[in-house]
Amino acid sequence: MLRSGNGLNAVLMLAVVCGALSLVTSQHKARKLFIELQKEKERTKQMEVEWGQLQLEQSTWATPRRVGEIAEQKLQMQLPRSGQVRFIRVEPNGQTKDKS
Amino acid sequence: MNYAVGAHQNITAKLPGWRATALFAILLAGFVGLLGRGVYLQGIQDEFLQKKGDARYSRVVEVSAHRGMITDRNGKPLAVSTPVESVWASPQDVKADRSQVRKLAQALGMDAEEVRGRMFNPSRDFVYLKRQLPPDQVEKVVSLNIPGVSLQREYRRYYPAGEEAAQILGFTGQDDNGQEGLELALQEQLAGKPGGQRVIKDRRGDIVEDIGSLREPKHGSDVRLSIDSGIQYLAYREIKNAVVSHHARSGSVVVLDPNSGEILALANYPSFNPNNRINVSSQAMRNRAITDLFEPGSTMKPFTVATAIEAGKVRPATVIGTENGRFMVGGRMIHDQHPAATMSVAQIIQKSSNVGAAKIALSLKRETLWEGLSASGFGQQTGCNFPGEASGVLRDAKSWQKIEQATMSYGHGMSVNLLQLARAYTVFATDGMLKPVSLLRLETPPEGKQVYSEHTVRAMRDMLEMAVMAEGTAPMAQIAGYRVAGKTGTAHKLENGRYVDRYVSSFVGFAPVSRPRLVVAVMIDDPSNGGYYGGQVAAPVFSRVTGAALHTLNVPNDAPLNNVIVPEAAVVREEV
Repeated sequence: MLRSGNGLNAVLMLAVVCGALSLVTSQHKARKLFIELQKEKERTKQMEVEWGQLQLEQSTWATPRRVGEIAEQKLQMQLPRSGQVRFIRVEPNGQTKDKS
Repeated sequence: MNYAVGAHQNITAKLPGWRATALFAILLAGFVGLLGRGVYLQGIQDEFLQKKGDARYSRVVEVSAHRGMITDRNGKPLAVSTPVESVWASPQDVKADRSQVRKLAQALGMDAEEVRGRMFNPSRDFVYLKRQLPPDQVEKVVSLNIPGVSLQREYRRYYPAGEEAAQILGFTGQDDNGQEGLELALQEQLAGKPGGQRVIKDRRGDIVEDIGSLREPKHGSDVRLSIDSGIQYLAYREIKNAVVSHHARSGSVVVLDPNSGEILALANYPSFNPNNRINVSSQAMRNRAITDLFEPGSTMKPFTVATAIEAGKVRPATVIGTENGRFMVGGRMIHDQHPAATMSVAQIIQKSSNVGAAKIALSLKRETLWEGLSASGFGQQTGCNFPGEASGVLRDAKSWQKIEQATMSYGHGMSVNLLQLARAYTVFATDGMLKPVSLLRLETPPEGKQVYSEHTVRAMRDMLEMAVMAEGTAPMAQIAGYRVAGKTGTAHKLENGRYVDRYVSSFVGFAPVSRPRLVVAVMIDDPSNGGYYGGQVAAPVFSRVTGAALHTLNVPNDAPLNNVIVPEAAVVREEV
C-alpha cells in the first residue's frame, strides 16, 4: 500500500516535471514562431510600400503628357488626316467591306 | 558557591503560561496581517501591481494605417500616399563634429550653418531638420550615424497627374488629412485609423508575444473617381492652349457622360502643381468650373425654346417676327447680330437671335419659364458634393419684371456654374432626363427626372445640330467623322453691377448626335486677343477635346470623315 503510493507519487512527479518542461519548450517555440511571423508581417508592409512606390513610378512614366510628347517629338508620330483613314465594316457573316 | 544549584533551579522553573499564549497571539496576528495584505493585493486591489508588472515587459505599439488611394475610372492612380522619412534631432543629445555636420547638411541639401543652428539650438528638445525626404537621401543620413539625429516615418501624398487634375483632387496637409477638393470631401473614406497592439518585448526590443489587439488598424479605402485620366489630360491641354493663345484670364472644361451623369474630365486653367505647393496663389487653386458663377448668355436659349415647345406655344418651324434685330422691352433695346424681319424658331437657335428668344419667352407665363429652367437644374445643386459648390442664381418668378423675363431667355440676369450648364445639356443628349452628376465612378446609373418629352428633345437636337453647321454660330465646333450639336454663348461681364466690354465665351455641346456619348462644356473668361465670340474662342476647344475623347473611347463614327465645312469668319458673330 505504502510502496505503491510512493510509486504513484514518483510517476505523478515525473509527469509534472515533463509537463512543466514541455510548457517551457512550447512557449519558447511559440515565441520564436511569433518573431518570424512578425518579421514576415514587416516584410509584407515593406512590400506594400514598394508596390505603392512602383505604381507611382509607373504612372509617372506613363502620364499621357509624356507619352504624347515622346510619340510626337521622338517617334515623329501624328494623327492620320481624314484622307488617310479608311473604314472597314465587318458584316454579320464575318466578311469585311470597305466603306472608305 | 551554589550558583550551579541556582542555575539548575532556574532551568527547570516553569515559565508563566501567558507568555507563550501572548507570543502565539502576536505571531498569529502577524500571519493574519500578512495573509490579509496578500489577499488584498492579489484579489481586491490587484490592478496596481498588475500594471507595475506589465510595465516591465509589455508595450503598446502603434500599428500604422495608410491613407487610401484615389484612382481614375480605370484604376490609374491619381493620388497615392507613400511613406517618407523626416529627419529630426534632439539638441540635448547631439554629438557631432564640424565635418559630420557638413556631411549631414550636404545629404539634406541644406546650408551647413542652418543645420548647425537647428541641431544645437539649446532651447528646443525636438527639432525637425528636414521633413519628407526621398529614400536615397535618407540612406545617406542613416550612414552618417550621428547620435541624437533620428528618423521619423511619415506619409506623403503624390499626385502623378500633376496640374491636370489639381483642383478636383485638392490636396492634403502635412499630417495627411484632406484640406481641399475631393481629398477633403472624401476624408472619411480615405483616412486610415491607426490601430494599437499590446505586445511583450524582450530585452533587445524584439516583440516576442502578441497579447492582444487593442484596436485593429483601419486602412483608408481606395476611391475610384469617374474621371478618365486620358480625357482629363486632353481637356487640360486644350483649355491651357486656348487660355494662353487668347490671352484670357482663365478657362474651364467639363466632360460629362450624359447617360450616367459621371464627370469624365473637369479641367481649369490656370492650375498649380499639387506636388510642390510653394507660392501657389488661391486663384490657381479654385475649381472654377464648380465654384465660380457666370452669366451664361446664349447657351440658355435652348432651354427657353424647349420650354416653349413643351408648353405647346411654338414648333421648330413656327415663324417669329424678329423686328429687324431691334426690339424694345420695358424701355430697353434688345439687339441682334444677324438682323432679320422674321425667323423660324430653328433659325433663332441657329443664328442665336436675342429678339427671337425674348419674344418666345414673353409668350410664356413667367412661372412656366421659371419651371422649365429650374427643372433643367439651374439654381440647383448638381449633386457632385464638391466642397464650395456654388448653386447659381435663378430668381423666383414672382420677382421678375418683363425685361428680366426677356433677358433671362438669353441668359442674362441669372448665373450658373459650368458644371451646371453641362449637366443641363444632358437633358438634350438623353431622352429628356436630368440626372445628378457624380465625381465617383458609378456601377449603375442613378435615377433621373424627366424634364422634357422625347418629342421636344428630338426637335431641340435637330436645331442644335444646325447651330454647328456652316450657317450657324459655331461651325468651328464641327468634328471630322462625327455629328455634333451645341450652342455658343458670349456674355458681357458684370463688374461692380455694370456690364463692361469684356466677355465670357462659352460653348456647350454633345456628340455623336445619333447616340450622344459625351456632353462637353467650355468656358473662357475674358479672352483679350481680338476674338471673343463663343463660336470663335470656345467652339474650337470643344471640337478638339470632344474629337480626341471620342477617339479615346472608340466611339464609332456617325458621319463621313469629310463632313467639316468651314464657312467665312463673320458667321460666328452673335449678339452679346
